[in-house]
Formats: sequence, structure tokens, C-alpha cells
Amino acid sequence: MSNSDGEPVASAKIKVVARDVNVFYSDKHALKAVNLDVRANEVTALIGPSGCGKSTFLRCLNRMNDLIDGARVTGTIAIDQQDIYLKDLDVVQLRARVGMVFQKPNPFPKSIFDNVAYGPRIHGLAGTGAELEEIVVTSLKRAGLFEEVKDRLNEAGTGLSGGQQQRLCIARAIAVSPEVILMDEPCSALDPIATAKVEELIDELRQNYTIIVVTHSMQQAARVSQRTAFFHLGELVEVGDTEQIFTNPNHKLTQGYITGRFG
Amino acid sequence: MTEMVEPLTASVTVAGVNARLRRRYAVDRWFRALGVSAIVAALTFLILLLGTIIGQGYTAFAQSQIRLAITFDAAILDPDGRGDPAVLGTADYGRLIRQSLETLFPDATERAQRRELSRLMSPGADLELRGMLLADPSLMGRTEEIWLPTSSPVDQLVKGHTGRTAEEGGQFTDGELRRIDRLRSDGRLAARFNKWLFTQGDSRQPELAGLAGAVVGSFYSLLVTVLLSFPLGVAAAVYLEEFARQSRWTDIVEVNINNLAAVPSIVFGLLGLEIFLNVLGLPRSAPLVGGLALTLVSLPTIIIAARVALKAVPPWVREAALALGASRLQMVTHHVLPLAMPGILTGTIIGMARAVGETAPLLMIGMVAFVVNVPATPVDPATALPVQIYLWAASPERGFVERTSAAIIVLLCFLAVMNAAAIYLRKRYERRWG
Repeated sequence: MSNSDGEPVASAKIKVVARDVNVFYSDKHALKAVNLDVRANEVTALIGPSGCGKSTFLRCLNRMNDLIDGARVTGTIAIDQQDIYLKDLDVVQLRARVGMVFQKPNPFPKSIFDNVAYGPRIHGLAGTGAELEEIVVTSLKRAGLFEEVKDRLNEAGTGLSGGQQQRLCIARAIAVSPEVILMDEPCSALDPIATAKVEELIDELRQNYTIIVVTHSMQQAARVSQRTAFFHLGELVEVGDTEQIFTNPNHKLTQGYITGRFG
Repeated sequence: MTEMVEPLTASVTVAGVNARLRRRYAVDRWFRALGVSAIVAALTFLILLLGTIIGQGYTAFAQSQIRLAITFDAAILDPDGRGDPAVLGTADYGRLIRQSLETLFPDATERAQRRELSRLMSPGADLELRGMLLADPSLMGRTEEIWLPTSSPVDQLVKGHTGRTAEEGGQFTDGELRRIDRLRSDGRLAARFNKWLFTQGDSRQPELAGLAGAVVGSFYSLLVTVLLSFPLGVAAAVYLEEFARQSRWTDIVEVNINNLAAVPSIVFGLLGLEIFLNVLGLPRSAPLVGGLALTLVSLPTIIIAARVALKAVPPWVREAALALGASRLQMVTHHVLPLAMPGILTGTIIGMARAVGETAPLLMIGMVAFVVNVPATPVDPATALPVQIYLWAASPERGFVERTSAAIIVLLCFLAVMNAAAIYLRKRYERRWG
């Protein structure tokens, strides 16, 4: 079932498989029969006009939709062939495997160190204080933030600049060693320089993680992603290699959107 | 250097715009004036209230006292010389005072004059001596200069609350007035700090009546209330806000909590009377039961305040914690509660402040009794500050008028301290991470 959409899967391993995913918010049919494969160690961009369901789909992957009263998800989503909507699946474990970075940088109102250490602490990833410190330092280094904050790890995370806060949130997410990182418009609250840094970081993180990023910026999708999926009115219109989507889309709607005819 | 923008319609003229602007400013000024006058009015009433209370009550913090040379005569107090506490406890200390007074006024030889001499002192002055001797047995046989409380009429005269002549409400004979004047000119009669107000329980004698029993009773009641209503209230609020799914059932609970907050407190008193005293058989007049009744009164307030504080925690904090794999309980205890705590604490202390001033439920469970002893434990009979105010306000003696005001001042200080604590806690927790 891993390559049922008929594409060659020669080099790339499939990480996430979504089949016939529907999401309802009370009466509203927010996501309609979405089938999507996400390849491992690639950046997949989800694009589309506001309200098209791309964030909804993203939040299906770590079951954050469970938190919304009246939300209902049907269909199957599997990560490494394991269905994440099984009844006895532990959502806590799932969210440790699937990290998330939000639109607005949201560090906890705690110190920089405690922000990154929080995940490892609740999941018991570090046996000793030294191990914990190592995890924090490694995570901050991977998020490209360590050099900037190494002298003030005990200062408040909320005192950093917007771009630094977002990279802190990325460090916090990778500190629990997730396999997949979901990013919901991670740069929409950042200035262009901070955006460039985060984009660069996303590209580096691809080595170790599977990344799915929702974005409103088509330039960003083109810059950071290998695969792009275009959503419209709750349906997945088209998915393909980013280059192909942006140069030679199969669907008229995709073409209309990327050329700016609507959005 | 911008050009004038063409008006959208011909009816928009410069004069019209200016007139409308003027009207808007005028309304603005009016509104501000209204606000300022409202505040001035409120402050006037507050100053009036505080001024009256303090003006009437400050004199109660002093008590007229007479300095007497008291000889702890072993022949009178302990004729057997064995130092038996039972004997010392029942000895005639009044005689020591009478002897001392008669030495001061050797001319008072007739019975009536001697009675007048005893009327100078408080009927409880001998208890003062007994307490001193029992605390320090080495006083036996020594002569000490001791300040002892005067009777209430003398106290009122010294403070100028009653006049000297019969027309002015005075009740002293010329001989008494002469002696009082002599004591004052000798420096033996003066208004000094009223320690009884803070060390004694209630008394029928105004000069010996104190607030200690009521303060301790209020303290125990409040302790019980805090220990019960804070955890219960926070748990209920956390459950309703963070765990319960929105449903018809939670709606009903919410409406009922809001209604309970508006229920007159005497109803909670009746409920407490029936459940705690009649069904559970807990001791009457005890601060424990008072605290339980006050818990009923303050729970709705605390739940509502805690829910508001929890609602004010931004949703992204919850999302961030949950997305990292925190359980709901971890999310609440690690992130949401610490952020909501300043608000919860403020709400709790304001609820407690309301409970301190609550009288009606305490009347129902019997904390309105005349209690002389300062309660040692929360199950001993006691009164509370507001009830003590009520009791003293209903007492006819002139000395209780000023003491009622003094009790109100003490209660207000209690409230001021609690509100200051609320502000301090809020500031302290808010400062933590900016």
C-alpha cells in the first residue's frame, strides 16, 4: 500500500501514508478524501488558499484535531505502516514521534534551557543531568541557535527575537528525536532575514527528519521543498515534485494558484 | 504639502466637519467629567466612613489605668505559705487593691467612701494581679508599682466621652471627682495602651473586653476555609476548563455555579447548620464549622475566578505542550496552572476577604455565643471578628461604642493585609518571566 499512487519509489522511502482522509468540524466537511504519500527525508510543502484544509491535514498527522470539540477524522493515516488512528494508540507516544512547529513562535514562558529540556524530561529521554544538557545543546546546535544563546541558557525564551524564538521552538521539537516534523506556516510571523535563516535550517534538517510544511508563500515552497501538494476547498488537487508543480502543473487550478490568478 | 482631497459628497463641508468635531470633543469632556465626579463622590463617602470609624474607634486603643503600689501580702494571699496554686488562684486579690487605695486616700474612712474607692477600679483588676502572681511566684511578699485598668465610667470620663456634672451625663460624686483629679495630677491616672483589647476574649466589662478570641476564631475559620476551598475550587475549575468536554451537562454545572455565587450567605449558614451540626454532629460555635460554612460561601467565587484565570492562559501554551507529547495533566500542571496562578491566587484571596467579613452564616452555626476564652483549637467555641462587631454594637455600655469601632478598624486592617498579599503575590508571579 505504500506506493499505490503509482509513482516510482525507487530512491525515496515512504514515511507517511494518508488514505481517504476526511475531516469534519461538526457539520463542516473540512477535508475530503485526501490520499497523500510523504517521502522520508524530504520536505513536503502543502500549499493552497486560506481555508483549503492544508493545516487541517497537517494537524491530522499528530492528532491535534482530537483536541477540537466536534472534530471527526475518517480514513487511515499510517506512519511507517503503523496506523496512527488505532483506538489503543498512545497519542503521547505519537506526538513524541511527530513534532510540530507553529505559525506563531510559542516558546514556554520559561528559560531557554527549560524550553528545550521540557520534551526530554516528560518522556524520560535523559537519565542524568549531563545527558539532558547534551540533548539540549545538540538540539540547539541543530536548530542553529546555540552560538547565539550559549551564554544565556537560563534567560527567558520569550526574551529572544521572533526568528530566534521560532528556532528555539524547532530545537524544542527536535529535542525529543521525532521522525516527522510538522510546520504550520513557520515563517509567516518572521521578517525576511529570520525567514531565510529558518528556511536554511529546514533544508538542513531534511537530512535527519521528514518535514511537512504548510506555507502561504509559493517562493518558500519552491525554495525549501522537494515535493509540493496543492489543496483547494478541502481537496488535494495535485501532488508532485516541487519543480514539476511550479513549472508544469497538471491541473488548471494549480496553475491558476501558482501564477497568482487566485489565492 | 498634500493637496486637499475632494469631498465625497457635496454635503460634506469644512464647517460641518468642524461642528461635528466640536460636538464629539464636548461629549468626550462630558464623559470624563462624569467619571471624575463619580470617583470624587465615591472617595468622599469612603473618607467619611473611614473618618467616622477611626474618629470613634481610636480611643479604644488606649485604656485609662491607675498606678497603684501593690503589696503581694503573703498573709492575705497564702496564709498557709505552701504556694498551693489552688489557694493562690482563689485568693482575695481585691483586698490588695483596696488596701493600696486606702493608703492613697487615708481620708476615706466611711463605708460609702470606701465603696467609691473600689468603683474607681475595674471589677477585673484583681484578675490582672492573680495572673501576674501565677506567672511569677517570686512576686510574693514584694511591693510593686502596677498599672491597673480603671472602671469603664472612669475611663470614659478620662477620655472626655462623658461630662463631669450630672447634667452632662456624669455619674460621679464630688468626692470621686476630687480623687480622680488628684490621681491625674499625681500622674497615677493616665490613658495607656489597651493591651486587653488584643489579649483578652469577650467580657461583660468593656475595659476588659478584647478581640483576641474573635481574631483567633476568624483565623481558624479562615484557615479551614483556605485549606478546603482552594484545592476544591482549583480542581473544579481545572476539570471544567481543561478536561470536561463542552456539553449540556457542563452548561448546567456552569449556570449553577454562577447562581450559587449569588445565593445569600445566610442560606449557606442554614445549610451548614443542618448538615454540619444536625447531621454530622460537629461541635457548635466552633471555627471548624464556621470554616466549613464559609467554604460553601467562597467556593463558587473561587471556582469562577480560577476559571477566568485559566481561560486567560493563551491556547498556544496548551498546543505547544500537547504537541511535545505532554499528557493533559502534564500540560495543566506544568504550564497552564503556573501561568494562571496569579489570577487564581488573587481570586482566592478576594474570596477569603469576603469570607472574613461574612457574618450571617456564622450566626446560624452558633459562633455568636458569648465566649470569654481565647480558642486554643479549631473545635473550641469562638466568635469571629464580624460577629464580635455585631455583638458589641448591640451592647449598651458606653465603652463598647468605641470598641465596636476599634473592632471594625482591626477587621479593616485584616482585609487590607489580605488585599496587599493578593497584590504582592500577583506581582511576584507575574515578574518571573516578564
